Amino acid sequence: MRSSLFVGKWLFLMIVSSMILVACGGGTTTTTTSPGGDSGSTGATATTGVAGQTGTQPTVATGGGDTHPTAAGTTAEATEGGATGGVPANLGELSGNIEIDGSSTVLPISEAAAGEFKNAGAQNVNVTVASSGTGGGFERFCNGEIEISDASRPIRAEEIQTCQQNNVEFIELPVALDGVAVVTDPDTQFLECLTVDELKKIWEPDAEGNITTWNQVRPSFPEEEIALFGPGTQSGTFDYFTDEVVGEEGASRADYTASEDDNVLVQGVSGTQNSLGYFGYAYFEENREQLKLLGVNDGKSGCVQPTAETVNNGTYPLSRPLFIYVSKEAAQRAEVKAFVNFYLSREFTPTVNEVGYVAMTDPQYQAIQQRFQRNETGTELAEGKEFSLDLYTGKSR
Amino acid sequence: MASSTQVAHGGATFRTNLATRRLKGALFVALGLAAVGIGLLTLLTLIIDVVVDAVPWLSWDFITSYPSRFAEESGIRAGLLGTVWLMALTILIALPLGVLSAVYLEEYAGDNRFTRFVQVNIANLAGVPSIVYGLLGLQIFVRMMRLERSLLAGALTMALLILPIIIVASREAIRAVPSSFRDASLALGATKWQTVRNHVLPYAFPGILTGNILAASRAIGETAPLLVIGALAYVATSPSGPLSRFTVLPIQIYNWTSLPQQDFHGLAAAGIVVLLAVLLTMNSIAIYLRQRLSRRY
Repeated sequence: MRSSLFVGKWLFLMIVSSMILVACGGGTTTTTTSPGGDSGSTGATATTGVAGQTGTQPTVATGGGDTHPTAAGTTAEATEGGATGGVPANLGELSGNIEIDGSSTVLPISEAAAGEFKNAGAQNVNVTVASSGTGGGFERFCNGEIEISDASRPIRAEEIQTCQQNNVEFIELPVALDGVAVVTDPDTQFLECLTVDELKKIWEPDAEGNITTWNQVRPSFPEEEIALFGPGTQSGTFDYFTDEVVGEEGASRADYTASEDDNVLVQGVSGTQNSLGYFGYAYFEENREQLKLLGVNDGKSGCVQPTAETVNNGTYPLSRPLFIYVSKEAAQRAEVKAFVNFYLSREFTPTVNEVGYVAMTDPQYQAIQQRFQRNETGTELAEGKEFSLDLYTGKSR
Repeated sequence: MASSTQVAHGGATFRTNLATRRLKGALFVALGLAAVGIGLLTLLTLIIDVVVDAVPWLSWDFITSYPSRFAEESGIRAGLLGTVWLMALTILIALPLGVLSAVYLEEYAGDNRFTRFVQVNIANLAGVPSIVYGLLGLQIFVRMMRLERSLLAGALTMALLILPIIIVASREAIRAVPSSFRDASLALGATKWQTVRNHVLPYAFPGILTGNILAASRAIGETAPLLVIGALAYVATSPSGPLSRFTVLPIQIYNWTSLPQQDFHGLAAAGIVVLLAVLLTMNSIAIYLRQRLSRRY
């Protein structure tokens, strides 16, 4: 009987030793708060070094790289010679931890930025990304727990208040644009384009139980049942769509098939005739053959389909900005400064298209980078102000 | 019916209905078999589906690489190490606490109102949704005890989550020890503690171990409480100690499935296979230990 206790000890030892074994792969966790200000702007040497390294990566064509003329690509030559600024040559000497939390929509961009930053030479900077959602991210951010908050909508008044209470000043930086695609099944012949008013008629709360067939939306449509698919109420896409189309955030009919997983929505829309659904453009892009993309008409520019171009210049009515919010205090640290500058630099921004979003143009990114370097705090979008990139770029001089 | 025989017994006559009764029996067996079949078939379909998706992505590089935006270079290392650490810490915390509680409740506690109150509460706690434990852990371990969003905070939360299951299972195992064991030991002059240590615990150990592994198997697939605690979606270093930030396999898998690119869905499948492998390894260790131990009695 004594021997069984021996086995118990052995079990304990095994667990402990397995943990020690695992620990051997341990990374660097040294936190060094370097004195700020040394990583200002260095020029072309950093640029070429970084570009050379990223160039060795096998590039997976996942984004709309060749199907759409990407805004970043076309304007790259025009700004040749313009300083990419901010990303220091001595990335390897930086160290520290940068914590990012927030929107799961922005997650793929921040994740890519973290990975590329390491590839570019910042071996000792530990960038981690969590995805508690935009609201969850701001909660931690305004609590002073993290350096950067990912957001798929601008910061709200009450969140600003929390930030002020804790003396957290923030720098608001748009990093990419995202189009919300309105789609149907490829077999649905009659649908090509819908107006914003028609979309509102379909999705507003009053439509629940009332608008059930397509001829109610437009008399020329057949009397076929509408099958609706959309994101659940937890989704930032849902907030954005209801705000933009219905006119009130969160106001939507409830009798539709909802899923927080956009891949489920893709399957639902593509398998159902006369269906209608909306989700992030990237999910259409990856499932082109199974879906039919609809144009949206807001009465200004006619029927517009989302492409990199129409999303970027704002003619597609359902395009939204994605942000990062950087704590001003953290932005004084060399490694944070370098990371954010890298995030907005020409070395990284084409990646935005590859992970499925729409990059802005190089001059726009440069202007936003300058906004960061000037430590310009506060939001440009207080209480319902319409987003426009000019707010971040035009004002910069 | 026509074949049923009439039997006279004590003056009364009744039908034996043998054929019908046998038919009912056979029907029940068929039904049971069908039920088992449905379960097995679903499981088999799931596993085959996952493995087929996973095969192109499974490689040694997949195990040893950190996640990346390129599917080809992405790997599960951070999640795998996070899960192993988290499970080890969780078991280390929950096992002693659970077993001690069970021993106390079974062997020492009297049958009074307090004990019954504790028992009812433990049974109820086993059914509390896991997210509630996450919120509790966030408040107590992350904020009040200032453990930050570390492995230790996660493990403590997970330990709370599985503690009720461990206690219930351990109590069952201890209760299954024949009371003649205890009586014999006590009759020979052993103290209560000696009896528990030398007879009750060793005999109950295989059962306790089974309960623990079942509980740990539940914990390994949990995401909700860890998301609340703040487990990461992206981390490119391995945990270096109980206070490291971490991610776990289920979170990494969830992260990949929600991406639009098909390639990452394949990675998610590969991640699921790794998760299943970890689970199977854990279970096999438990089965091995149990058999080694139960051979002695």
